[in-house]
Amino acid sequence: MSVLSPVSMPTTDEEIWRYSRIEELDLSRYETAASVTTVLDAEGLQVEFVAVPEGFSLPDVFAELNAEHMSATVIKVPAHKVVQAPVIVTHQVDLGGVATFPRLIIEAGENSEVTVIERFVTSDDLSPEALVVPVVQVVASQSARVRYLAINQLGDKVWQIGHQQGLGLKDSDLQMATVALGGDYARMRTDVRVAGPGASAKQVALYFAGDDQMHDFRTIQDHDAPYTHSDLLFKGAVQGHARSVYTGLIKIREHARGTAAFQTNRNLTLSEGSWAESVPNLEIETNDVKCSHASTVGPIDEDQRFYLESRGIDPSVAERLVVLGFFDEVLAQLPAGDLVDDLRARVAAKLGAGVR
Amino acid sequence: MSTLEIRGLRASVVGKEILQGIDLTVSSGEVHAVMGPNGAGKSTLSAVVMGKPGYQVLGGSVTLDGRDMLALPTWERAVAGLHLVMQYPSEVPGVSLIDAMSEAFAARGRDTSGLADLLGAEADRIGFERRFLERSLNVDLSGGEKKRNETLQMAVLGPKIAILDELDSGLDIDALRDCARRVEDMSNEGLGVLVITHYSRLLTELKPDHVHILVKGRIVASGGPELADQLDTDGYAAFAAPEDLVADAPTPARPVERPGSLNDLFAI
Repeated sequence: MSVLSPVSMPTTDEEIWRYSRIEELDLSRYETAASVTTVLDAEGLQVEFVAVPEGFSLPDVFAELNAEHMSATVIKVPAHKVVQAPVIVTHQVDLGGVATFPRLIIEAGENSEVTVIERFVTSDDLSPEALVVPVVQVVASQSARVRYLAINQLGDKVWQIGHQQGLGLKDSDLQMATVALGGDYARMRTDVRVAGPGASAKQVALYFAGDDQMHDFRTIQDHDAPYTHSDLLFKGAVQGHARSVYTGLIKIREHARGTAAFQTNRNLTLSEGSWAESVPNLEIETNDVKCSHASTVGPIDEDQRFYLESRGIDPSVAERLVVLGFFDEVLAQLPAGDLVDDLRARVAAKLGAGVR
Repeated sequence: MSTLEIRGLRASVVGKEILQGIDLTVSSGEVHAVMGPNGAGKSTLSAVVMGKPGYQVLGGSVTLDGRDMLALPTWERAVAGLHLVMQYPSEVPGVSLIDAMSEAFAARGRDTSGLADLLGAEADRIGFERRFLERSLNVDLSGGEKKRNETLQMAVLGPKIAILDELDSGLDIDALRDCARRVEDMSNEGLGVLVITHYSRLLTELKPDHVHILVKGRIVASGGPELADQLDTDGYAAFAAPEDLVADAPTPARPVERPGSLNDLFAI
C-alpha cells in the first residue's frame, strides 16, 4: 500500500466535469490497495492478463491512475464460442481509507457470445470511506455478441469514478448496461465506439439515488464507421436530497454515413430537495444519418398518480407503482438473468426507505 | 342502500368559479344523467367529487352515506365506495391492471387470491382481451379498449356509487353498448350511477331514471328521461342563453417542467 501521489485534478470548469463533485475529492486520504475480486463461472475461458487491448485511450487522470495501479481481470472468449451462463465478477469494497483500481478486460473473439456481470459491492453492515476507480474495456470482435452489466451496490460513503469503454467491430452487437444504487458520489463515464460497418451498440442504465447520494453519468456514442447503430436508454430517479447528472454525446464522424443513433434520458425527481440535470449533445459531421434524442426531468406525472389513487390506492403505494413501472422498461432490457428480481426488490426497498 | 349527496357545491379552477352551487342526490340502483354543453362544468363536477388536484372547493358538501367526502383524500373516497370512470384514462407505463387492482384490493382489505380469475371473467364479459390484463395500464389501447378497461375495473372493484365521465367519448358503438350493458347490470344489482355526458347517444344504451341539465355551473332543469328527448329535439339553446354556450371551462395548469433541460424530443 502507498499513499496516492498528487495528480493534477480536473475542475468543474471543464464541461465533462461540470456539475460533478470532483472538487471535494482529496486523493491523499486514500492508500492504494489491490482490489478484492472474485470471478464466478468463467470455466473454459482464458483469464490471464497479457496486455491492454488496442483501440482504447485514457481519457482522464482517473483512467491513468487505473493504468498505474490496476488489479486486472481478463475474460477472453475464443472465436465462435457461446458462453451460456453469465460470468460474474465481484469487487468487494469493504475496507475504508483505501483506493482500488479494478480493471476488467473482456475480449470476445469473432462470432462469440458472452454475458459478463460486474458487481461493486459493500457488505450491508459496513460503511467504509473508500475510493473505487474502475475501468472496464470491452472488445466485441467481428459478429460477436457481448452483454455487459455493471451493478453498483456500494456503501453510502464510497466514492466511485469509473470508465466503461466499449469497442464494437464489424457486425458486432454490444450492450453496456449499468445499475447504480449505491455510493456517495458515483460517477461513470461510458463510451462506446462502433468502429466497423454493421456494428450495433446499446447502452442502458438504471440509477436511483437517495439521501445525499449523487450519481453522475457521462455517455458517448461514437460512430466511427458507416452503417453503424447505437441506442441509449438511461432512466434515473432522485429522492431525499440526492442529485444526478446525465450528459450524453452522440458523435457521428464524417465517414459514418448510413448511421442511426438514438438517445433517451428520463429522470424523476421524487422530492422537493432532489435535483437532476440532463444535457444531451449531438456532434454530427455527415448528412445521411438518422438521429434523435429525448430528455426529461420532472416529478411523477400527476395524472398517473391521480389515476391510481382514484382506484383506492394510497399515494405512497401509487408512487411506488409508478416509479417501479418507470424503471421496468430498463429492467426488462438488462442482461441480468436471475439478478433482475433482486435488483427490482432493491429499488422497491429504497423507495420505501425514502418515504418520509 | 347508499346515497351520494351533493349540496350547494361550488368550485373553481385557476381562480374561476366553475361550479356555482350543485345539488344532486344519487342512491343505490338509480341512474342519473347530467347533461350539458361544453364548458358547463361537467368534468369539473366529476373531478371535484373525486378530489382531483388543481380544483378548489369554495363551498357546499359532498357526502356518501353521511360521510364527508371532501375531507378525505382521493384514495379514501374510492375505498369508501366512490368510483370515477375517466373520460381520458391515464397511461401508466410499467404498471399492469393486475398490479393496480391487487393494490386496490389490498387497500380495501380484500383477499387477492381470486383476483386473477375475477379479472379474467370480467374481461371476457366486457369483451376486453385477456392479454391486456398484464400489459401497462392504458398504454397502446384504443379508445374503445380504454373504456372497456375502465368499466372492467369498476366491475371488479364494486363501488357503491360510480361517476361515468363522458363514457361515450372516443369509442365505437360496439364498445359503447358493451360498457353500457355492464353498467346497467351493475345498476340492477344496486350500483348508483351518475353519468356525465354531452350527447344523448349514451342514454339510448343506458336508460337514466333522472336527467339533469347543467349549464354554466348550475343545474337549470331536472326531470325524467323525457328531458333527454327534449334536449335531442331542441338542443341546449332551450335551456341556456347563447352566451353561456361557448367557452370551454379551464383546466388546471400542468406542473411546469424545470427549465434548463431539453424537455422535448426533437429529431434531426
